[in-house]
Formats: sequence, structure tokens, C-alpha cells
Amino acid sequence: MMNKFWMMILMIGVCLTARAGLDASLVHALAAGDSDEKIQAIQGLSANPSPLTLSVLKALSEDALFVNGDQVFFRQSGQPVDAITGAPLAAVPDNPDNVVINNRVRTELDNLLAGMRLVDPDVTVRRAAAQALLDAPSVDMLPILTRAIALESDVAIRSLLLQAQARLQLDNPDAQVRRAAVTVLADSISANTRSQLQSMTDPAHEPDEAVRHAALASLKSVNNRLAFTDVLAKLFSGISLGSILMLTALGLAITYGVMGVINMAHGELLMVGAYATYATQGWFRLHWPQHQQSYLLAALPVAFASAALIGMVLERTVIRWLYGRPLETLLATWGLSLGLIQCARLLFGAQNVELANPDWMSGAVALPWGLSLPWNRIDIIVFSLLVLALVWVLMNRTRLGLFVRAVTQNRPMAGCLGVPTGRVDTFAFGLGAGIAGLGGVALSQLTNVGPDMGQGYIVDSFMVVVLGGVGQLAGAVWAALGLGIVSKLLEGWTGAVIAKIIVLVFIIVFIQRRPQGLFALKGRTLDN
Amino acid sequence: MRSALSLFLAALALLSLLHLAVPAGSAWHVSDFTIALLGKIMCYAIVAVAMDLIWGYGGILSLGHGLFFALGGYAFGMYLMRTIGLEGVYHSNLPDFMVFLDWKAYPWYWTGTEHLGWSLVLVVAVPALLAAVFGYFAFRSRIKGVYFSIITQALTYAFMLLFFRNETGFGGNNGFTDFKRILDFPITSPGMRAGLFVLSGLALAGTLLLCRALVASRFGRVLTAIRDAESRVMFLGYQPLWYKLAAWTLSAALCGIAGALYVPQVGIINPGEMSPANSIEIAIWVAVGGRATLWGPVLGAFVVNLAKSYFTVAFPDYWLFFLGFLFVMVTLFLPEGIPGVVVRIRRRLGGSS
Repeated sequence: MMNKFWMMILMIGVCLTARAGLDASLVHALAAGDSDEKIQAIQGLSANPSPLTLSVLKALSEDALFVNGDQVFFRQSGQPVDAITGAPLAAVPDNPDNVVINNRVRTELDNLLAGMRLVDPDVTVRRAAAQALLDAPSVDMLPILTRAIALESDVAIRSLLLQAQARLQLDNPDAQVRRAAVTVLADSISANTRSQLQSMTDPAHEPDEAVRHAALASLKSVNNRLAFTDVLAKLFSGISLGSILMLTALGLAITYGVMGVINMAHGELLMVGAYATYATQGWFRLHWPQHQQSYLLAALPVAFASAALIGMVLERTVIRWLYGRPLETLLATWGLSLGLIQCARLLFGAQNVELANPDWMSGAVALPWGLSLPWNRIDIIVFSLLVLALVWVLMNRTRLGLFVRAVTQNRPMAGCLGVPTGRVDTFAFGLGAGIAGLGGVALSQLTNVGPDMGQGYIVDSFMVVVLGGVGQLAGAVWAALGLGIVSKLLEGWTGAVIAKIIVLVFIIVFIQRRPQGLFALKGRTLDN
Repeated sequence: MRSALSLFLAALALLSLLHLAVPAGSAWHVSDFTIALLGKIMCYAIVAVAMDLIWGYGGILSLGHGLFFALGGYAFGMYLMRTIGLEGVYHSNLPDFMVFLDWKAYPWYWTGTEHLGWSLVLVVAVPALLAAVFGYFAFRSRIKGVYFSIITQALTYAFMLLFFRNETGFGGNNGFTDFKRILDFPITSPGMRAGLFVLSGLALAGTLLLCRALVASRFGRVLTAIRDAESRVMFLGYQPLWYKLAAWTLSAALCGIAGALYVPQVGIINPGEMSPANSIEIAIWVAVGGRATLWGPVLGAFVVNLAKSYFTVAFPDYWLFFLGFLFVMVTLFLPEGIPGVVVRIRRRLGGSS
């Protein structure tokens, strides 16, 4: 049997150009014989491989090989093709019988096909095949694997194949072979391999001391590598959390910085942004279904505008009248947040609403070391950086930004110099609210969108602002990133709830030490 | 004042008498529901007065009073759980949730809670201790205003998360419920109900008397001065830390007592009581009743909570609108609460006549 495999692999290269037909008796045996005959036919066909062989066997494994009397055929891009001659067929019945195979035949067939894929000229096909083999190696594949290793020129694929081979050799009676295999597995990044290596260090399972020793060394290196990947993954989710915190806290930092106003309704402005996204999605579904994928981009201005508008209305009607009374503002904005929540409940229902991720927000990108990062999180990190850049430009390069900064530093003096402080307040509040709306768009892609969604963020975003220091964008950015990363790293060994509690306690303690936050404006007044 | 007090006590006695002595069919009978509702609101009123002491007179807006209230409730709830004895679903000496977690013994912090006396000590001591430690560090760093409010909210939030965990040993999500008795008296009997009702009323009266004595004293005057101009008080040689800390700790302890009275009357305590929203609602009771008056918060607690129990039944969709509206209107137009309106109307009437 081993010889047959080798022959087959050698022949694949030779016969790729051949366009000869297949042995009719073998094809008929494949189509109509019993399981033993089918296996023999498969082996017979693969002894003389050609592209047609590959297509026929693939069709067979996908239950797409059909019989019609004496005729055996499959479809190639919709066109029926005769399995014996490879020639296109003119007419076939609408509902032909397909060739049925049992599990024994299927295993044989799958091994063969996997072996063929291992020597496929396409690198990506080979890599996928090697990875699949490494994840679930089967002993039948050992000979073909050995051969493929000899032929493989790509270093990464070769390493995968070697590891797969090593996993299969762990049961080898020869201690030398086992020891070599264990050493090869030191390069592995899979958790399966780790548990296998673990058992190799057990005297009950592995009699040879040298092998156990080598297994221990390999296990250590695998563990180190896995731990490294783990830290990278946590770092990424920390940065991701940080980017969300930043989006939620940036607007708050502006309104709190400029007006000293604690806006308890900030979380509800996030909610407004998320519902604006939902409404945009609904509009696209109704009027522009062919551009469904890009609804998220259209939602950005909608969310910004609706949240900013609501923010400006709140500022004009309520918050304006409470300047200089921060505690009352806190209570009034809390009242506003209750009203907004109830509005959302009445308009959209108390249940969470369904938001679809566009294609470019779904899936994940695979990195080396077994790391895989979801696209939506990557996109949101990029988005938060863009928003940050936008805010920075607005604050530092525009007249409005100049006014806002002036009012933040010294309101009466700015007013004396002709800055329309009242209008600046309104715009600053609108800007802060609009950024919250943008944050809502990002959140809608990550979490549930419901009337209460804002409540969960209010404490967190205040913590960011308090930690970063009042009116300091840089402070808010560093605090958000720091909090995100620290909580994700803590979560690893304490669990989510305890991590959150630790972070809150840390902030409370931190505020004791530096009541003005990380990046305090230096001043000499006693009462800030 | 003395006449108001005797009037209040007479009303307490009358209501419990009408509850106990008059048969259920009679028009004069005071129902279980009314007694429980009034008892509950009187517990809230204690919290409101405690909040007023620290906010109205001390200028410190706490968003953590719901936490102290719930801690007092949990402390007494531990005793109530112990008195269930073997009558739980699993007929174990341990509460059902511990059996469910497969715990074999009470954790250390449950030690002694089978004694009523010790659990009453805990009712006062736990909130007071937490408040004292937290307040010492916060006031020492001169954290005030909205900063203080926000970190008290964070503290409350952290505790809520902690109590939601099953492993914390307080029943997690479900908290404590299914209480059976206090000191061998069944908890649902009319006598027990009336007793708790009267006790709540007495506690409220005691709280009012204590706070009145405090705010009229030298201590109260310094506290008010700190509210209005902390730096000046400091330059006059006072140390604001101790005044604030004393008022803050006392306020927390009063909340604990209110929580302990509240739990047997409503029959349940769970971490939902610690949600930040509950703590903020306390502030609106005080604001509606008028800050820096002592009877105002009592009035506010009654008005808001009676409105709540009416609205949530009659127009469940509009209660949040009403509450939100109340927050905005009171802060915008009624900085002195209802008493302010009364004063304004009286002044206008006086001016015209």
C-alpha cells in the first residue's frame, strides 16, 4: 500500500499535463461496485493520477458523482462532464442518482485527497492541508506525510508537516524516534500538542527517561510560546477595550472640561448614536438594499448629527441654567437620562434591537503565533484613532477649538476678550454629544443595542475622565488605554468581576493620591 | 415641634391599632399593604434625613447612600436567613444558596450572625466602618463636589458587582428572601407587621430628633460653615476633615438602620438595591422636600414614593418620564423644594393683603 501512495505522488507531477481518459472498468466499479470494489477502484485510479482523477475523486467525496445507466459523470462549473473520457456531455437527466459511499470508503478517499492536497502546486492549498493534518493527524497518513516532507520547499509548511509527523511518531516503539519527535514539537503553538507533550512527561505513559526529559524541555518552550500569544491576545483586547472607553469618554472630557458639567446623560447619548445606526440600517433595507453593506458609513454622520442635536437642545433648555451648580446639574442630567431611556423604550421597544455587521466588519485576520484578531475590533480601534485625530484638529487647529480651550482655562477672562462663551458652551456640548453618538455607532457593532445600554458605560467613562484629569484630552486617551489594558490583563487571572472591582478600587485610591488626575492643569488656586 | 412629635406618635399608634384590632371587612381597617407601604416609606425617609444631614448641611452629595442602606439590610438579612433554620428547600442548616454552591460551612463573616444582638451591631458597624475608612481617605485628600459624588458612585457600583457574584456568599443575584421569623415570632403575622411599622416610625422620629440636635449644635454650625466656605473655615483653625467625617459616618450608620428595618418589611434584599440609580433617587427625595430642612426630606420621601407606587401601577410607561421630569424641574425651578414654594406663595399672599 505504501508503494502505491509513493507511486501516486510521483505520478501526480508527471501526469498533470496528461489528458488521457480513465480506465472504464475502474470508473464503473467506483460507481456501481460494493465498498471493497470501490476502495480497490479508488486505489487503482489514484495509481495513475491525472487532473481528471482528482476531479472525479473530489466529486465522489462531495457526493457529486452521478450515474445514469452506463454513464458516469460529474459537473464542472455547471457543465456535465463524462468521468471516463473527460469530455463534456450534451444532455443528462434532471435528477440523476449520485454515487453513495459509506464511511470506510470515505476515510480512504479523504486520506487520498488530503495526500494529494499536500503536494498541490498551490502554496495556500498545501498550507491549509498541512494545518488540517496537524490539527487531526491520522496514522494512515504517516507514509504520505514523510514523502510530502521530502518534497516540500516552503519552510513554514515544512515545519507544520514535521510537527504533524512528530505527533504521529509519539507512539513509536523506538525511543530514539520518540525523542526526536518530542524535540520537533517544541516549535508547536497548539494546545492539543501541549496536552500530548504533558502526557509524555508522565513516567506511567513514557518509560524512557531521556524522552521524558526532552518532552519536559519541549513542554516548557510550548508553554512559553502559548503564554506569549496569550499576553498578545490580552493586550489586543485591552487596546480594543481602551479604544471603546476612549470613544465613550472623549465627549465627556470635553463637556466636563469646558463647563465643569457632569453629564449623567452621556451614556444615553451613546444610546442615541446606536439607535441612529439602527434607524439608518432600517432605511437602507427599505430604500437601498443593494448598498446594505455601506449603511454603517452613512450612519456616522446621522449618529453624530442626532446626538449633537439632542445634546445642544439639552444644553440650551436645561444645563445652561444650572452653571455654577455642578451637583444640581448632575441630578438634572440624570433626570434627562431617565427621560431619554424611556423615549427609546417607547419608540423602539424595550427589547434589544438587531444590528447586522457588514462583511468588512466580520471575520478575523489570522496572524502568526496562532493569533486571530476580529475585524470589527480592529476597525473600531482605527475608527477611534480617527475620531481622536478629528477632535485634536478641532481643538487645536480651529477657531472654535481655540475658544473652547480659552473658556476651559478661564471663563470670565475669555468672555472679557470677546469670546461668546454662551455659544461656545452650546457648541462644545454639541461636539461632546456628537462624539458620544459616534461612540454609539462603534458600540452597536460590538454589544447589544437596547434602551439601557448607556447606563453600563457611565461609571466607566467617568472613571476615565477622573483618572485622566479634567479637560485633558491627552489624559483621557492615556487613561482609557491604561484602564483597558490593565482590566483585560487582570481579567486573565481574577475573572471579569473581580478585575472590575480591583480597577475601581485602584481608581478610588489613585484619586486620593492625585485628586486632579494624571494630567492636571497646574494652578495656584485653593478651590479648583 | 413637640406637638408635631406627639401627633406623629399618635398617628403611629392609631394606624397600628386600626390594623390589629379592626376586623378585615371593616371600612376602618388598615390593610397589610398600607402598613407595609408606609413602613417602607418611613425607612426611606430615614435615609432621606441621613442624606440631608450630609448634603443639605454638609454640602456633600453622596451617590453611595443606597450602598449603606443595602449593607444594613444585608447585615440584618444574615440574621433572618439564620432563623429559617432547617425549613429551607434543602432542609439544611445552611441557606439554600450555600447548599447550591456545595459549601459545607458558613464563611467566617457569617460568624455570630445567629445572634440578634451581633447582627444589630453589624447593621450599624458595617456601613459606619466602610464610610469611615472611605471618607477618611477621601476627605483627607480634599476630594469634594462632583468628584466625591462620582467616586461614591464607583464604590457603590463596585459593591453591586461584588454582591452579584455567587461566591461572595450573599446569595448572588437572588440575595436573601423567604424569611420566616424574628426571635421565634413569625415574620408575616399582623403583630410583627405592626411592630416593625411602629419601630420604623420610632426610628424615624429618633433620627429627626438626633439630627435636629446636631444641626443646632456647635458641630452643626461648623458643618454648615464648611458647606459654604470650606477654605475659610480651615483658615479659622478648624479641621474640616473630622467634622465631615463624623457627619458622613453617622449618616451611613443611619442608612444601615433604615436598611435593617426595611428588609423584614419587604421580605427581600438583593444587589439591585445597590444599583447607582437607587442612590441617585435618594437625592431627589431630599431635593423635592427641600435641603437643609429636616422635615423636608421626610415629606419628599413620602411624596416621591407615594407617586411612584401610584404611577408604576396606573401608568407604568410614564413613571420614568415623571421621575426624570421631577429631577429637572426641581433642580431648575425649585432649588428649595416644596417648602420653597410654600414660602413663596405665602410671601405673595402676604404682600397682596
